[in-house]
Amino acid sequence: VGALAVAAVAFGILTVGGIGENLVYYWGPTELRASGAKAVGATIRLGGQVAPGSAVYRDGSELEFDVVDGNARVHVKSSGVPPQMFREGIGVVVEGTMTPAGHFQCHRLMVSHSNEYRAPGKGEKADARSLMRSTEGLGDEGARQP
Amino acid sequence: VTAALGRSLILLALFVSVAGAVVAFAVGRRPTRAGAGWAERFAYAFASVMAAANAVMVYALLAHDFSVGYVAQVGSRSLPTWVTVVSLWSSLEGSILFWGLVLGAYVAGATWATRERHPEYAPYAIGTWMACAAFFSFLLAGPAQPFRDVPQPPADGPGPNPLLQNHLLMAVHPPLLYLGYVGMTIPFGLASAALLASRLGPDFLRALRNWLLLPWTFLSVAVVLGGWWAYEVLGWGGYWAWDPVENASLLPWLTATAALHSALLMERKGILKGWTVTLVLATFLLTILGTFMTRSGVFNSVHSFTQSAIGPTILVFLAAALVWSVALLALRVDRLSSEGAIDDPKSREAMFVLNNLLFVLFTFTVLIGTVFPLVVEATRGVQMSVGRPYFDRMAVPIGLALLFLMGVGPALPWGRGTGAQVRRALIPPLAGAALSAAVGLVLGVHNGWTLATLALAGYTTQVTLRELWLPLRQRMRARGEGLAPALESQLRQGRRRFAGYVVHAAVVMIITAISVSSTLGTSREVQLRRGESVALGRYTLTFLGAEALTEPHRQALVARVAVEREGKSVGVLTPRMNYYPNQREPVGTPAVRSSVREDLYLSVLNLDVGRQTLGLHALVKPMVAWIWGATAVLGLAGLMALVPPSRRREEAARASRPAGQLVGTSR
Repeated sequence: VGALAVAAVAFGILTVGGIGENLVYYWGPTELRASGAKAVGATIRLGGQVAPGSAVYRDGSELEFDVVDGNARVHVKSSGVPPQMFREGIGVVVEGTMTPAGHFQCHRLMVSHSNEYRAPGKGEKADARSLMRSTEGLGDEGARQP
Repeated sequence: VTAALGRSLILLALFVSVAGAVVAFAVGRRPTRAGAGWAERFAYAFASVMAAANAVMVYALLAHDFSVGYVAQVGSRSLPTWVTVVSLWSSLEGSILFWGLVLGAYVAGATWATRERHPEYAPYAIGTWMACAAFFSFLLAGPAQPFRDVPQPPADGPGPNPLLQNHLLMAVHPPLLYLGYVGMTIPFGLASAALLASRLGPDFLRALRNWLLLPWTFLSVAVVLGGWWAYEVLGWGGYWAWDPVENASLLPWLTATAALHSALLMERKGILKGWTVTLVLATFLLTILGTFMTRSGVFNSVHSFTQSAIGPTILVFLAAALVWSVALLALRVDRLSSEGAIDDPKSREAMFVLNNLLFVLFTFTVLIGTVFPLVVEATRGVQMSVGRPYFDRMAVPIGLALLFLMGVGPALPWGRGTGAQVRRALIPPLAGAALSAAVGLVLGVHNGWTLATLALAGYTTQVTLRELWLPLRQRMRARGEGLAPALESQLRQGRRRFAGYVVHAAVVMIITAISVSSTLGTSREVQLRRGESVALGRYTLTFLGAEALTEPHRQALVARVAVEREGKSVGVLTPRMNYYPNQREPVGTPAVRSSVREDLYLSVLNLDVGRQTLGLHALVKPMVAWIWGATAVLGLAGLMALVPPSRRREEAARASRPAGQLVGTSR
């Protein structure tokens, strides 16, 4: 029984530690800005709208654009091939992290599948999670039935 | 009219199941022959009524009767017939109706099988099943109402979710998953009944194991098929992402697997009774929890699930089932004590116990990682998820330990073994481990975890093959038979044991293939113009061009990609994007070229017919096809273990066996 208790405690520590290190935050640009330095290095799914006029295609498949909600703007650099529906003004979710240089380095770019998504107005908070869930692609199959 | 007919059938099902539950529990307390007959009749009636209700819904779907709420929600005139039939389970309300059909079939079958053999506790079991049936009937009558009236029927409907009509596997995966999920109600009822009636003897155990094995087999295949579906449809090139939906199907599988093993120990040694019963009860609770997680929309947002009454209703049922389980266990805690003990930590029994602890640990790991974000959001309002690395880091070591135990356990003797015996059992399989790791090294495996997996898989394979081969050799020697007749008599007499080891071999293959396919292989994302090529491993891929297609129920953009392997043309693959009328965004459909050695997987990121450009995600993944093949073997072996021994043989065995020696006859 003693050994079991020790094992249970060890398991508990491992689990809590493991979860703590591998959290993926679902943030909009406002929340990302509010989190400050905490965002650097953390895994983040940033949801928002591709700001009109901000998308720039560089050599190869390099792509830069801004993700905005009503209040804040985050500059995103992506190196992957953009998905079919990617365009300015559309709802996107980008997964990646903030760099010390101040831009968001994205390694996965997904376009929202929701027909209803609209960018939040001034002062509104983006419902990041419903945007995430309406976005297929990470094996994150919101629509999948059991 | 159709909707009203459907609603009346649902109400009838509710009445029959409530009446059946009341009668059955009354008969359990005061057994009468006539009462037992009525309990059985109610069970059959529920199955018939549910079958009729499902038939009405399928008829309404096929007739495009948009005055029925569910048909208006998921039907469409332009769909191929198979999609129309499959849409029965493509959305929430219909899938609960389908749940009712499967539950009815299980309850009828289990009632028929248990009524005569186990008269002492059969009424309680029927009562528990009917109580569950009553809950799902209530769900269909109230919160989820598939037969809702549509006052002004539309001329056409939107059709089901495009992701779900995009692949034929959607016709196979959900029914199998339901056969697994819903089937766990039967062992739950049996365990409840055995506790209520205080009958935890060998008869109960045999019934429990068989009724656990059947849904377990379906669930095993269904979990893998879910991965296959994701692989063939979602286009990101993997088959498992630790998504809550996937975890929901895995959790009851883990506890059911543990229960199958501990039931064997309980049957043989009379130990772990309370533990086994707890696992069986927990398995059922996890299926309900999984249904709650996937059906209530709770993962969209903790706050969205109250928008429909379905989520809270399932939650109430889950709480009731939990209280019921705990109360029953507390009630019979004195009857659950062990009749034996484990004599030696170097015995097979001890390995069974270790196996069970690891499975439970695995269950908690997945459960915590899945539920944690919900708790955080509910308490602190912060939205997040637990990333894949957590699950991988926890699951890989536990999985490897289980893989090793699959080798060590069967190699060790039952009871108390001498040190020499143990050494003789455990040392030779090291040859298999070395061989398999060496093969891996030669073929270019450098990842430490993968090498460890290969070594342990080699170890376990050697033990498993030995366990399969030894009884055959004994038969051949003892009777001078050839291999074929020895195999035949082995399959007739030691079928369960034989099938068990075939399942082990299949699981070893699956784990190996998962490990190799997820650590080896290459991938690339490229943007191509027509005529351009890209190299990937042994392959050269050339974009031949893109075209638009119109099909009856969808439109598609198709990319034609010529594939050369080591300079030789091996054909053209056509990954595509399908556009469905009810969704703005396309659904990508990857093209997969499977071979024994590896899969070539092409998925379209973007495609422009006007400019003839293609954004391509291409992957080479070794050994993926082995996962699907080994799963087929696993399913067949599971069913093989279930084929009952012929009546005559069973009776002969019973007659020749002294009373009281019923325990431990499985080998």
